[in-house]
Amino acid sequence: MSRKFSRRTVMAGTAAGAVAAAFKFPSPALAQAAPFKLGLLTVKTGPLAQGGIQMEQGVITYLKEKNYTFAGRKVEFISADTGGNPAGTKTKAQELVEREKVDAILGPLAAFELLAITDYINEQKTPMLSLAGAEDMTQRRPNPYFLRPSATSAQAMHPMADFAAKELKLKRIVTISEDFAFGHEQMGGFQQTFEEAGGKIVNKIWPPLVTPDYTPFVAQIGDCDGVCQGFAGSNPLRFLKTYAAAGLKFPVVTGETGGDDALLRSLGDEALGMYSSCPYTLDFDNDSNKRFVAAMQKDYGIDPGFYASGLYVAAQTVAAGLEKTNGKSDDKDAFVKALRSVELKDTPRGAIKYDHFGNVIGDFFIRHLEKVNGKLVNKTVKTYHNVSQFWTYDEKKFLAAPVYSRNYPPLKS
Amino acid sequence: MMGNFLTPRCLAIAVAIALLAALPAWMNGVYYVNVASQILFYAVFALGLNVLVGYAGLTSLGHAALFGVAAYATAYMLQLGYGHTESILVALLVGVASMAVYAVLSLRSTGIGFIMITLALGEILWGLAYRWISLTGGDNGINVPKRPAPFGFAMSNATNFYYVTLIVFLLSVIAMAIFVRSPFGAALRGTRDQPRRMNALGYHVWLIRFYACLFSGLLTAVSGILFVYYTQFISPQTLALTSSAEVLLMVIAGGPGTLLGPIVGAGLVVIVKTVVSGFIERWNFLLGAIFVAIVILMPDGLVPGTTRLWRRFIRKRPPAPAKTEAAP
Repeated sequence: MSRKFSRRTVMAGTAAGAVAAAFKFPSPALAQAAPFKLGLLTVKTGPLAQGGIQMEQGVITYLKEKNYTFAGRKVEFISADTGGNPAGTKTKAQELVEREKVDAILGPLAAFELLAITDYINEQKTPMLSLAGAEDMTQRRPNPYFLRPSATSAQAMHPMADFAAKELKLKRIVTISEDFAFGHEQMGGFQQTFEEAGGKIVNKIWPPLVTPDYTPFVAQIGDCDGVCQGFAGSNPLRFLKTYAAAGLKFPVVTGETGGDDALLRSLGDEALGMYSSCPYTLDFDNDSNKRFVAAMQKDYGIDPGFYASGLYVAAQTVAAGLEKTNGKSDDKDAFVKALRSVELKDTPRGAIKYDHFGNVIGDFFIRHLEKVNGKLVNKTVKTYHNVSQFWTYDEKKFLAAPVYSRNYPPLKS
Repeated sequence: MMGNFLTPRCLAIAVAIALLAALPAWMNGVYYVNVASQILFYAVFALGLNVLVGYAGLTSLGHAALFGVAAYATAYMLQLGYGHTESILVALLVGVASMAVYAVLSLRSTGIGFIMITLALGEILWGLAYRWISLTGGDNGINVPKRPAPFGFAMSNATNFYYVTLIVFLLSVIAMAIFVRSPFGAALRGTRDQPRRMNALGYHVWLIRFYACLFSGLLTAVSGILFVYYTQFISPQTLALTSSAEVLLMVIAGGPGTLLGPIVGAGLVVIVKTVVSGFIERWNFLLGAIFVAIVILMPDGLVPGTTRLWRRFIRKRPPAPAKTEAAP
């Protein structure tokens, strides 16, 4: 109803320079049984689109499973494409909050998008569940309206580093990742845990997010016995192809985006042997994951990965939170409190709960990329249980140190 | 001029200003007020670019970088702990100074040469914003925690911000109108149409163009400051070539060399980008189609094109009393 009106207005506005016909807007009447409005900020264009489209698919899969009803309220789902740029994210967040009056926002995808809107979300008191890394959102600059059901940037990297040092017995590693917050924080976390376990980071290489050719960066890899890559979106594919084409054979370890299950169908043998650490794994054996994977394969013909499962779990959290408040979402503070107290036993990634910053505590899986019957699969080789964003560190000490960044921890020479 | 205030033109202007001033009242919803603010500051930006594209005949493809430099200057000064007044003044200064450097380098040529030099300079500034991480925060950008509250007028409120933007916008339009009618404006148009003749007449063509660049830079810096206070965030994407192209499209679509054109163009682009994109996923395609249509149907832009159609429409009717049109 209101959509139709505003669309007409838009057309008229386009023609007449946004002057005419705007008084036709109906005032939003909030009835008691008003639908629950769920907004999604995602990226459908650019290098991050591969993950962004899966995010939307993950949410829709859960909504379908629930027949678009949470706690007896009909769910209205509104998806917005930020274009993967911060100004666009701000505009789209405003659209969701101010025009659509959503009750909760899922997304955005990238850390720099999240950083661009965190103050705004805080001001507007809209609960937001994102899988963007941006450590400080749940650490040194916490936002009371924020929850992260996936992982902080470094949360998967701490166990990966532990595994690389203790089980793979790697000693000298070169890291390579995109030159933005998510990459910096992943590699910072990896370096901290890896060096504490006796390893050494030899070099850190930072290609830009949009890099047409990785050859000059791959050429800098050497003097090491392993490589840690932290690429996101579709970049891992291109990096691994270039890496293999350069004839490099060092074992590769990576995090949730670099070894995402959704990438496997586009990868070739060049990726064999890679270890990845992820808060979700396709071969996780429980009911909810079987349902989820079957639905994703049926509707979209793809294996879900980190992005789809992250948003599926986010939507599950929203539904569970709404159950706790008996379907009430008007009191934002009470709603966020309910969301943060959600504990789920049966999600595609196993049992999860949230810490007092709104960050997830759950299992992380170390997977080995193998070929089974001609098909690439990530085979889970080890599970780290109940991993928090602080890993094994003391929370106070962790927060007293600076946030992981391009230069922290510094390289030891 | 006196006693001339009841001409249709003056009436139209008065109605437009009244509508704009009352916009928060008749526009239902904060979201649309925010969209209107965006249109206004992008319109200031487009007006600034129009000084060069429309009146000086110099097409710049690096203007978003200047816009971004002013925005970064504001954000950086605020981050250092300076007040809003100092930050804005420094940002204006930095914006105009960067434009001066731009102008000195790029005014060595015109036409394609000018486009390429401004393009290159824009890319350099984008690269700096992206790579000079200690200054700009790299891809993570800089957050601006608070909007200013001059004399207790809190701009954090969308409506208040709109009014401030509207005042700045109207001042810019007035400045443009004065500029266009001034002897300097005439001289600038002269350098666009007949640079050699202007030279022969004793005008310093280079200097006229240089001053025009500074004026353009000032408007661009003003809009950049409004932008950074609006989004409260600045990151390198704002300086990218696509942003430069976008504002150039605003000018070309609306009608370069007209006062109203860039404003209409800004409205068109911002509405398609922010509002229509919520309904049509392929809004880029739609915007492209609109531009193709404009280029085919109204090659000189929406405003001159519509005026022409309107005149033809009037002429077909019984002859109206002869009207002298003071073409801007």
